[in-house]
Amino acid sequence: MATYTLKVNGKKVNVEADDDTPLLWILRDELNLVGTKFGCGIGQCGACTVHVDGEANRSCLLKASELVDHEITTIEGLAEDDDNLHPVQQAWKEVDVPQCGYCQAGQIMTASAFLKENPAPSNEEIRKAMHGNICRCAAYNRIEKAVALASKK
Amino acid sequence: MKDKIVFSRRNFLRTSALASGGILIGVNFLNACAEAAQPPVDVANLDFKDFNAFIKIAENGYVTIFSPNPEIGQGVKTSMPMIIAEELDVPWDHVTVEQAPLNTEKYSRQVAGGSQSIRAGWDSLRQTGATSKQLLINAAAERWGVSAQTCTASEGIITNEEGETLGYGEVVNDAAKMEVPENAVLKDPKDYKIIGKNAVNVDIDAIITGKPLYGLDFKEEGMKYATVMRAPAFGEKLKSYDDSEAKTVNGVEEILQFGDKIAVIATNTWAAMKAKRKIKVQWEPSGNLEGSALHSQKLDAILDRKDLKVEREDGDVNKAFADADQVIERTYESPFLPHNCMEPMNFYANVTADKVYLVGPIQTPAGTASQVAKLLERDEKDIDLQMTRMGGGFGRRLYGDFVLEAAEISNLAKKPVKVVYSREDDMTAGTYRPSIKYRIKAALKDDKVTGYNLKEAAINSNMYGLIPNFFPAGAIANYKVETGNYKSDISTGAWRAPYTNFLAFAEQSFFDEIAGELQIDPVQLRLDLLDNVDEGADERIEYSASRMKDTIRLAAEKGNWGSAEPGIHKGFSAYYSHNSHVAEVVSIGMQNGFPKVKNVTVAVDCGIVVNPTGARNQVEGGVIDGIGHAMYGYFPFEDGRPKAENFDSYRLIRMQETPVVDVHFVENTLSPTGLGEPGLPPAGGALANAIKAATGQRLYQQPFINSFEKQKLQDIKV
Ligand code: FES
Ligand code: FES
Repeated sequence: MATYTLKVNGKKVNVEADDDTPLLWILRDELNLVGTKFGCGIGQCGACTVHVDGEANRSCLLKASELVDHEITTIEGLAEDDDNLHPVQQAWKEVDVPQCGYCQAGQIMTASAFLKENPAPSNEEIRKAMHGNICRCAAYNRIEKAVALASKK
Repeated sequence: MKDKIVFSRRNFLRTSALASGGILIGVNFLNACAEAAQPPVDVANLDFKDFNAFIKIAENGYVTIFSPNPEIGQGVKTSMPMIIAEELDVPWDHVTVEQAPLNTEKYSRQVAGGSQSIRAGWDSLRQTGATSKQLLINAAAERWGVSAQTCTASEGIITNEEGETLGYGEVVNDAAKMEVPENAVLKDPKDYKIIGKNAVNVDIDAIITGKPLYGLDFKEEGMKYATVMRAPAFGEKLKSYDDSEAKTVNGVEEILQFGDKIAVIATNTWAAMKAKRKIKVQWEPSGNLEGSALHSQKLDAILDRKDLKVEREDGDVNKAFADADQVIERTYESPFLPHNCMEPMNFYANVTADKVYLVGPIQTPAGTASQVAKLLERDEKDIDLQMTRMGGGFGRRLYGDFVLEAAEISNLAKKPVKVVYSREDDMTAGTYRPSIKYRIKAALKDDKVTGYNLKEAAINSNMYGLIPNFFPAGAIANYKVETGNYKSDISTGAWRAPYTNFLAFAEQSFFDEIAGELQIDPVQLRLDLLDNVDEGADERIEYSASRMKDTIRLAAEKGNWGSAEPGIHKGFSAYYSHNSHVAEVVSIGMQNGFPKVKNVTVAVDCGIVVNPTGARNQVEGGVIDGIGHAMYGYFPFEDGRPKAENFDSYRLIRMQETPVVDVHFVENTLSPTGLGEPGLPPAGGALANAIKAATGQRLYQQPFINSFEKQKLQDIKV
C-alpha cells in the first residue's frame, strides 16, 4: 500500500492503494465517483473512459502511480455543475441517446475529448473515434447523431 | 400469449390525504384493492403490499408517480407514466417519475421481460389516469356547487360553465376525502396530447452526469465486495483449493467455500478480483464436459428422428410431400450466445437475524425473493428486495443465480456484501441462448407452397407458447412443427426474443429460397402466403395477416424494394413476435469482399406508439443487435468451457459496423404492444438474404463472419 495524491475533477485527493490498483476502482470504491463504469477491465469496451490531461483514457488500464501530477476528469466533473451541462451532454439529452444508459458516461467522455481535438469532424471521423466504445443496447445511431450535434454547439 | 389481465373497474384505486397536503392515490392495476387497503399519509412509507403504484398530486398541482416497475433500458419508466399523465390530463413537465422501492413482503408481480409491460398496462394505466381526473373534477364541482357533468379538465385545470377555473392542486385536499368515482371516461386517441409525442428518458440527467443509478453503484456503510470463483467448465466440481497466496492480498478479509464455489470477500473490488486469480484450484468432472462439435452431432441426430414432439399439425404433410413437384430442405445452425449486459451481474445482500436485505438489478424480483427465502430457510416476510436501474437485461437478469450467491455469502460471512462479476465471470457463468438447429422442408406444387415441415433441435429446451403458431402457420394448408432437445450441463435460458431470434433467420432465409425456386419476388411470396390466412379462424394464431401485409408494404415502400441502386444489394424479411409485426429491408455493399451493412429500413406495427423517441430507440437497438449477433456472435464450447470470455475474444458490433436504421410505424389506434424484442428477429434473415443477393452465397450458419473467413475473401463476387 502506498499513498498517492491525485488531482480529480480539479480537487487534490489522497488515496491509499496498492500500486497495481486501476484508477477505475480507486474512483469507484475509494472516491465514490461511480459514474465511471466497469465493463471489461481490459481496455476493450470504453465504459471506464476518463480524461487525463484532457485526453480520453481507459481508467481500467491506468495505475495510480502513473497519475500523480496529472489532471483527471471524470463524468462527474465534465460539466461545471448540473445546470451548466457540457455541450456533449446537452446534445445527448436532445437526441435522447441512452437506452439502459450504462455505457453512456464512457461514450460522453470519449466524445468530449475527441471533439476538443477535432471540433468539426466528418461522420466518418465520428464513427472511427467512437468505435472503441461498446454500447450493448446498440444506441449507435443516436451516439453518432449526438456527437455531430455537439460539434455544432 | 392471450391477455390474462382482467381489469376491475371497481375498487382498484384508493386515496389518502397526505399529512403534508395533497392527495396520494394508491392503485392496484391487477386486482380490486383489499378491503382494508389504505395508502399511507406520507410518501416515505409507501409500501407495495396492496398497491402496485402510487400517484401523488401536490398542492401546487405537480404530480409524482411512484412505480416499482424495473427499468432495463426498454423505456417503460418513461412510457408507462406517460399513459397515466395523458388520461389524468396534466402537462408532462409537471410529472416526476420515481422508481419506488420494492417491498417484497407482498406485492404484485412486476417483471420486465417479453416486451409485455406496455401491453399489459395499457387499459389499467389509462383507467387510473381517467379515474383520478374525474375525482378531481368531482371535488371542484362540489366546491362550486354545480354538477360534475358541467365541468371539464385539461392540462391540470378544471373549468366550469361560467368559465371559472381551479387547478388540480387547489382541490386535492378535498378530493382526498371523496368517494372514488366509477364513471370515468377514457379519451379518444385523437385527443392525445402526451401519448404519441416524444418524451425524453426520465432518467436522462442522472445518466449523462454519472449519478449512481445501477446495482454496481450501490453502496452501504460497512459493505464488503465479493468475487466468486466458479468451475471453469460446465460439468465440473470443486476438488480442492489452496488460498494461502490469495489471502496475502491487501484488503482481503475472508475466503470461504460454498457448494462448489469459492468466495473472496475484500474491502474493495480490486482486491477481491486480484485475490481470486491467486487461488489455486483443482476441479474434477461431475458430468459431461461437452463441446460444440458434440452438440452439432447430437442436434443432427435429433433432426433425423421420426418421433419428435409435434407442436402443431395441420392437414396432411406427408401427402403434400408425396404429391409435390419439388421438395426443398435446408438446415440452419446457431451457436450459444452470452447476453453480455454492459453492466456485469452484481447484487448486494445483507443477511441479518431480522431481515434479508437485497439490492440490485433483477428482472424478476418476486420470484427471486422467494428463491432466496427457500435457500436461507427464511420466511418470505423477512426478504426485502429493492431494485436498481439495470445496465441491460436481454433475458440474463430473469435468472437470480447471482442474487442467491450474494445472499448465501452474506449469510455465511455475516457481513453485508456485494457480489461483483468480472466480464469473464459474466461471460463464462451465463444462462446462454441455446445452440439450435432448424431443418425446414417445403413441398412445392403448381407454383404454390403446399406443405411445410419445421423441425427444431435445441439444447435443453424448445420453443414455447404460441411460437409454433406464428407465420407461416395458417398460411400453408399442410403444416407441421416438431421439436426435440438434448440435455446438457451448459446452462441456458431466455435471450432477447427467445427462439424467434434464430427461428426468424431460418424461416426468412428459407422463404427467400422458396421465392427463388418459384421465381417470384420474395416480398410478393410473403404477401401471397398471407392472402391464404383466414383471419380469426384459428384462435391459436395471434398474428394478423392484414396487419402483417400493411407492415410488409410499408417496409418495401420506404426501403425502395425493387429499385436497383449501384453497388447496393438488398434483403427482405418480415416477422411477427411479442405481439408486434415487423418488416425490414437490409441494404449492404461489399467492401474488400466483405459485407458492409449500410441501411436497415424497418416498418413496425405495434399499435399506438406511446413514446415515439423511446420506441424508435428500442427498434434501432433491436435491429442493430440482430445484425451484430448474426454477423459476429460466436461462442463455441470445448470440454465444457466457453472459448470466449471477454470482449477481446468475443466480438460485439461496434460503431463502424453499424447501419443507419430508419424506423417507420404503421399508424393506427390499436392497443400498444411491446418493442424491446420484435425488431431483432427479422434482422438476421434480411441480412442473409442481402448477402445472397450480393455474393450468390446462401448462409446457413450464424455467425456469418465465419463463412467469409473460411471461404477466402477473393471468391466473393463484388
Ligand atoms: S472497463 Fe475499461 S475499457 Fe472496458
Ligand atoms: S445504452 Fe445500454 S449499453 Fe449503451
